[in-house]
Amino acid sequence: MAVEAISEKSAKSDFWDGVRLSMPVVVAAAPFGLLFGAIAVDNGFSVLEATLMSALIFGGASQMVGIELFGQHVAPWLIVLSIFAVNFRHVLYSASIGRRIAHWPVIQQALGYFVLTDPQFAVAERKAEAGETVGFAWYMGLGLPVYVFWAIESALGAVFGKLIPDTHALGIDFLLPIYFLGLVMGFRKRPLWLPVVIASAAASIVAHKTVGSPWHVSIGAAAGVLLAVILPPHHSGVEAKR
Amino acid sequence: MSTTLWIIIAAAVATYLTRVGGHLVISRFDHIHPRVEAGLNAVPAAVLTTLVAPAALGAGPAEWAALIVAAIVSLRGGLMAMFLAGAAVLILARQFVG
Repeated sequence: MAVEAISEKSAKSDFWDGVRLSMPVVVAAAPFGLLFGAIAVDNGFSVLEATLMSALIFGGASQMVGIELFGQHVAPWLIVLSIFAVNFRHVLYSASIGRRIAHWPVIQQALGYFVLTDPQFAVAERKAEAGETVGFAWYMGLGLPVYVFWAIESALGAVFGKLIPDTHALGIDFLLPIYFLGLVMGFRKRPLWLPVVIASAAASIVAHKTVGSPWHVSIGAAAGVLLAVILPPHHSGVEAKR
Repeated sequence: MSTTLWIIIAAAVATYLTRVGGHLVISRFDHIHPRVEAGLNAVPAAVLTTLVAPAALGAGPAEWAALIVAAIVSLRGGLMAMFLAGAAVLILARQFVG
């Protein structure tokens, strides 16, 4: 009994620890949720469809790409394929975070993978890196607020979209890159961080100019990961850890 | 059901597959090769960099100022501090250089 009460209490505080960490993500994503809803309706989606897309896909960049293509009357299968391409980076997150949450019950893991977004991965991975256990309560505390607000903001954006004033002056279009830079900086203590960042930056820029969006994400990421694989293990700190 | 709904559902399934797929593939191996592990460790910085670099290159002085200030703040402060500093510089700089 006592042990149960204690573990329940710690699960609760773990959950709120996660919620606290989710706040910057909620703030950073808010303009995009609203923007997505507004753009979706502008491109022929109903308010319900826009909200449903956010609730089921939960991947901002891919939703923006999908809406853009929908507005251009691109073939449905091509829209789905493009969303898949933008989200393909999650395969890497999944493989990496899978090592941290493999001790959860299967249902919890299934839910955990559903909310595996860029910031979710980055923050959870950082916790694991600090030697702490990534628990289900903490992980959901981090992910749920982002998910709930994302769906609500999409609905609000869809309803009130045309009322957003000058988005450029408010810097809304560039908030995500700033946020992502912060996540990149958070990993700077990792072995090979600088070479990986340089390789990925260079490859993604070249791919962006040649192949075009959204492929620059997959190509740039592959370049950085490949460099880490190719360099001798004693540079990557993996050998020393064992 | 409408075509839009089918697109949403198909895209949702495809997206979930990317989120669960990496784990399903990797968990089939009980021993992870050091080079694979090194590659996995490089994933977050590699992917997140691609969401910053092209956007930064295509931007202007206001955005660069915001990124530089945010990067400097991130050396000392937390994620929220760096984000707010970057956003403040961006909004301020855009009043002058548009």
